[in-house]
Amino acid sequence: MTRPTDTAPTTVAAEAAGRHRAANAAGDARPAKGDLLTVDDVHVRFHTRNGVVHAVEGVSLTLREGEVLAVVGESGSGKTVFTRRVMGLISGSRETDVEGTVTFDGITLSDLDAKGLAGVWGKEIALVLQDPMTSLNPVKRIGAQITETLVLHHKLSKQDANARAVELLRSVGLSEPERRVRQYPHELSGGMRQRVTIAIALSCSPRLLLADEPTTALDVTVQAQILDLLGDLQSRLGMAMLLVTHDLRVVRSRSDRIAVMYAGRIVETAPTKDLFDAPRMPYTEALMNAVPPITGPNHVRLAVIPGRPPNLLSPPSGCRFSPRCPYAQDRCLTEEPPLRPASELPGGGIEGHSYRCWYPVGTPENAEARRRNVERGETAAGTPVTGEMVPA
Amino acid sequence: MSSTTDMSTDTGSVLEKTRDDRSADDVVLRLEDLVVEFPAGAGQVVHAVSGINLEVRRGETLGLVGESGCGKSTTGRAIMQLPRPTGGSVHFDGRDLAALSPEEVRKLRPKLQMIFQDPISSLNPRRRIPDIVGDPLVVWGRGADKDKVVPDVLRAVGLDPDQVADRRPHQFSGGQCQRVSIARALVLEPEVLICDEPVSALDVSVQAQILNLLEDMKARYGLTLVFIAHDLGVVRNISDRVAVMYLGRICELGPTEALFDAPVHPYTRLLVSSIPSMEGAQRGEVGTGEMPSPVSPPSGCRFRTRCPLATDRCADEVPQMREVAPGRFTACHHPVLDTAVGEPIAPAVTAVPTTPLTASNGAGSNGAGSNGAASSRTES
Ligand SMILES: Nc1ncnc2c1ncn2[C@@H]1O[C@H](COP(=O)(O)OP(=O)(O)O)[C@@H](O)[C@H]1O
Ligand SMILES: Nc1ncnc2c1ncn2[C@@H]1O[C@H](COP(=O)(O)OP(=O)(O)O)[C@@H](O)[C@H]1O
Ligand code: SF4
Ligand code: SF4
Ligand SMILES: [Mg+2]
Ligand SMILES: [Mg+2]
Repeated sequence: MTRPTDTAPTTVAAEAAGRHRAANAAGDARPAKGDLLTVDDVHVRFHTRNGVVHAVEGVSLTLREGEVLAVVGESGSGKTVFTRRVMGLISGSRETDVEGTVTFDGITLSDLDAKGLAGVWGKEIALVLQDPMTSLNPVKRIGAQITETLVLHHKLSKQDANARAVELLRSVGLSEPERRVRQYPHELSGGMRQRVTIAIALSCSPRLLLADEPTTALDVTVQAQILDLLGDLQSRLGMAMLLVTHDLRVVRSRSDRIAVMYAGRIVETAPTKDLFDAPRMPYTEALMNAVPPITGPNHVRLAVIPGRPPNLLSPPSGCRFSPRCPYAQDRCLTEEPPLRPASELPGGGIEGHSYRCWYPVGTPENAEARRRNVERGETAAGTPVTGEMVPA
Repeated sequence: MSSTTDMSTDTGSVLEKTRDDRSADDVVLRLEDLVVEFPAGAGQVVHAVSGINLEVRRGETLGLVGESGCGKSTTGRAIMQLPRPTGGSVHFDGRDLAALSPEEVRKLRPKLQMIFQDPISSLNPRRRIPDIVGDPLVVWGRGADKDKVVPDVLRAVGLDPDQVADRRPHQFSGGQCQRVSIARALVLEPEVLICDEPVSALDVSVQAQILNLLEDMKARYGLTLVFIAHDLGVVRNISDRVAVMYLGRICELGPTEALFDAPVHPYTRLLVSSIPSMEGAQRGEVGTGEMPSPVSPPSGCRFRTRCPLATDRCADEVPQMREVAPGRFTACHHPVLDTAVGEPIAPAVTAVPTTPLTASNGAGSNGAGSNGAASSRTES
């Protein structure tokens, strides 16, 4: 499960943390031991020509030292906006409202200005993106791009930095690293480029890696290699990782905990095994049933989620999932369910498992809601209920 | 056959009909030694498809899988004669398309339809949905049927004809547009529908809708499907048989379940064990390396630069497709027989295995690794 490693922070980090803690000693409670990243009630709203897009709505979560937390959701659910806000790449402006706090090892990132953030980026927190080309400079040799960060943060000599670049490329499984440092990004395949961005991300031994769809653009055999590499480095270096993906399958065996996002909100969060064994939120359940299985017979009728993810310009009122949910009742249309601990449910639930639903899966209330909708042939939202929608 | 299928025929009877027809010798499409090459500048050639032999049986769904750039789309388009292949032949209903005049090929077009990955950009943005769907009827001189046929097809793909009457593609989501392109492909009642990554651009929740729809349409219209995709879970679920491609060639062909449960070609084994799964931990071997460039593919077996079982023979001799068990074909000098995914492998035939294929060892250390120009360009 979670792997609290309690690595001693680097001197620079400790300094920075100390400084900042002193600065707002009055306000901030010290995070619980082992908590590395705390996100509290984060909102991001974009004012656009067509109206306000509430892309992230009250997201709170905690990441412990050395832990892998997966954020899973369909496209447009707010994963990237959330990740960029955590990183400080989105801040308040005339077009953008931000709310809530992001705390990293006692430092309130959401209070820092660009200069303060620059001291944390790369060194303490690193980012790997879906498309490696967006983070690589096309006209700069690979070696120079790696040493850039090293020289900046560690004041290495040019020669030492070059040796370190070669060593880093080797550690991410790139062949012929001595040759690669002299090549340009376009001379490498997509998988090799992603290895390079991972090498850059790891060059300063960050304590937290944010990976936003790091393998989505890659082929399946390369995806497996990159995910193995990330998992291996993560556990060896005791690094915490926020792994963002639209693909539940990818995180099944590669995360300690999962947070499921829908329409800008976290709708369920649980230790990975519990989420798969006993999902409580109907959207999580539906998502699992919609994925074609890779064992058993073929031509399996897939469970269908009708409609599509909502437009965040005008999300549905009440529960955001209500227009697509097979169990929706009147209450779901007007009242938004809060995030509640599963441990309160009859039969108990696992610590750290919470869900957002008035009629959670596996309860008598859910069975009753299901029965009522099947009987009347539609949900309270007027969505026709078909056999494909409701798992037996 | 399906060309005369009444669109209002009830699903059940058509289903039975297609089942009965699904016999091994009722071949609707036959690819013989198909070759497609593209000029790559400086006198070089992209060997996109290099000698494919394949039969598609009437009424089946044949899956075509492999990593990007292995030649799946090129194969699909070559079947459509878009463009005409560089070499080899495509027989459709027993007729060699290469031997036909462009006009004769054009006449057969309605029977062979294709849908693509990006539904939105494959539809004309300026036209209304019913026109997009009805256009093929007009082109083929059946414009008079439009008012009857179009609403039927729209309903069949789950769209309300009244609701979409005045709409244009940009007013629809990706999933809805894919329904429109399926309707457009079906309106001429084709025999064969080639689907090129039809759900790759869609969210999982929408993907399931389209996959179920394709299964329904196949039964209703008595279709034969060639289903191209890189998502192995998707292909596994929809296909009766699967052909695995690597760098322009087919390396394995067989019934879906058998092929996924106990692949015989080392590349299929790598592919299948790389699938991230809802069922839990990854199964079996994990590979290293990536596909070499199709401009200068490795000599002999094109997979040898990544293959843990490669021997000198693999560098010298192109492995030919042969039947290694009933209905199971592979192009490999040392196929892996009767070994489930995840079990350690040993080659079935003689030749010394250089390294057993287990987690975390890969291509680099094998005997053929130093052979040929391409291997030096390959990640290991
Ligand atoms: N700069 C922006 N201005 C307006 N809307 C935005 C902006 N960035 C993202 N969005 C919107 O916010 C929502 C969430 O987007 P995103 O975080 O990229 O989703 P995901 O990463 O889960 O696919 C989407 O509806 C997207 O269109
Ligand atoms: N029109 C073209 N001109 C040049 N090269 C092409 C063309 N179409 C495809 N290719 C090349 O042929 C190979 C196979 O491509 P493709 O059939 O699209 O693969 P897949 O569909 O399996 O991803 C690739 O290397 C691709 O770059
Ligand atoms: S049952 Fe109601 S509250 Fe629960 S997910 Fe469905 S619509 Fe939302
Ligand atoms: S054993 Fe030889 S022929 Fe078979 S896949 Fe490996 S390299 Fe190719
Ligand atoms: Mg994103
Ligand atoms: Mg393609």
